[in-house]
Amino acid sequence: MNPRRTLATAGRVLGQLRHDHRTVALLLVVPCVLQALFKYVFERSPGVFDRVGLPMLGVFPVIAMFLVTVVAMVRERTSGTLERLLTTPLAKLDLLLGYALAFGLLALVQSALVSAVALGLLGLTVQAGVGIVLLVAVINALLGMALGLLLSAFAQTEFQAVQFMPAALLPQLLLCGLLTPRDRMASWLHAISNWMPLSYAVDALVRAGHTSAITASLVFDVVVVLASVLAALALGAATLRRRTA
Amino acid sequence: MPEPAVEVRGLTVVRGGRPVLAGLDCTVTAGTVTGLLGPSGSGKTTLMRCVVGVQRISAGAVIVLGQPAGTASLRARVGYVTQAPSVYADLSVRDNLRYLSALVGAARNRIDQVLEQVGLTAHAGTLVRNLSGGECSRASLAGALVGDPTLLVLDEPTVGLDPVLRRDLWALFTDLAEQGTTLLVSSHVMDEARRCHRLLLLREGRLIADDTPDAIRVRAGTDDLDEAFLRLIEATPTEPAVAAPASPGPDPEVTRR
Ligand SMILES: Nc1ncnc2c1ncn2[C@@H]1O[C@H](COP(=O)(O)OP(=O)(O)OP(=O)(O)O)[C@@H](O)[C@H]1O
Ligand SMILES: [Mg+2]
Repeated sequence: MNPRRTLATAGRVLGQLRHDHRTVALLLVVPCVLQALFKYVFERSPGVFDRVGLPMLGVFPVIAMFLVTVVAMVRERTSGTLERLLTTPLAKLDLLLGYALAFGLLALVQSALVSAVALGLLGLTVQAGVGIVLLVAVINALLGMALGLLLSAFAQTEFQAVQFMPAALLPQLLLCGLLTPRDRMASWLHAISNWMPLSYAVDALVRAGHTSAITASLVFDVVVVLASVLAALALGAATLRRRTA
Repeated sequence: MPEPAVEVRGLTVVRGGRPVLAGLDCTVTAGTVTGLLGPSGSGKTTLMRCVVGVQRISAGAVIVLGQPAGTASLRARVGYVTQAPSVYADLSVRDNLRYLSALVGAARNRIDQVLEQVGLTAHAGTLVRNLSGGECSRASLAGALVGDPTLLVLDEPTVGLDPVLRRDLWALFTDLAEQGTTLLVSSHVMDEARRCHRLLLLREGRLIADDTPDAIRVRAGTDDLDEAFLRLIEATPTEPAVAAPASPGPDPEVTRR
């Protein structure tokens, strides 16, 4: 590992985004608009937005960073830039950390903005403080990034890459407790949801909304998500092969 | 005899279930420009990928600067320019070079030097996606030059360039070789082959000539390199072991001319 190369990679990734104003604008504005939409759709059913609004803050970064990463990595693989990078002294870990740093930063800005809108304008409340929400949001962004990196190895084109989003994330969205609390699902669905990292991210945010104390179960949920990030990153790193057929 | 910069022994590579290189032996002398020529699909890119250590090989050995190809410590000393330009389209030329120079730890002023060398000074701030095809491939070349590599592996670096630019780049390659850099350059243009110290001619994964341009002309009995290559290529029978299943058997082409 080499900090100079990691930072150079993060700078390069952010530089690419800098020339893509539209993507950045969409990443920042769309979640705020959706969050507002959520509030007004459920205006006649009080309590729903209070229950779902906070976990949504954790869902946006997963989806956004998954899509950004999976497309960026498919591009790196198909344009030959990855092959070139792997002939330079850049270590695979530097590359992954560079991406994580850049997208983590982007996710932090995104989450800060959506949280400001949700807590400031839409009347959402968090007992445990906004810090824990931002922390979970950034870890979730890294989860999306790691899953995107892993699945990019199985996509030959950007079309395929985008189709991995519903395949990899929609089941998690359906089962994570956002639509129906997990303990009210059929037991086999509940069992499956126990194996999905997003379930723990949502649990963590729900807990943070209810209690002001940092409980052991909150810490446990965050650690599970973090461990999933590391596992997906390790698997993703294994798909970055220097020598190919 | 100086130690060769690249030494290939019994190199066999299978791609897509087919042998693409079949027991290749060759060397590249340090401080020279070695041309790698051969028909499309003959294995030039595959051989270069072996030298830079990104190709999975089935048998044989590739020794680069005294170490097995792909060794980590070689990555700072070998520059590779892929056949298709590999630069980030959504970054400026300068930002692309800044990134690559940070990876290899090059000095800041190298960026301006290489921009000058490839004639892109005026386009330094242009996004790569707004460059012409030839400018884009020069940007890709600049990315390899920035690290001052000991060995430069260039896959068709002058495709799509006008005669003036081609002449300037070949002058640059010769200069670099004089300063001690070793260059392995693939090409289809015989006028460029003329400028190499030594030529490797590949056909269907086998070496059919490894000599100086002059010696190759003498061997083929013609002054014209283009003609010499046609003769050498057509004089070599296709090897059933390497040829595609559907190809015809050995064909004594020479007698037909
Ligand atoms: N990724 C791949 N998978 C399977 N076969 C491949 C792959 N890449 C190349 N080949 C095959 O290997 C052979 C040699 O390819 P290579 O790219 O080395 O040729 P080349 O001499 O560089 O050709 P050109 O002058 O057209 O660039 C070709 O027959 C090609 O079809
Ligand atoms: Mg080629």
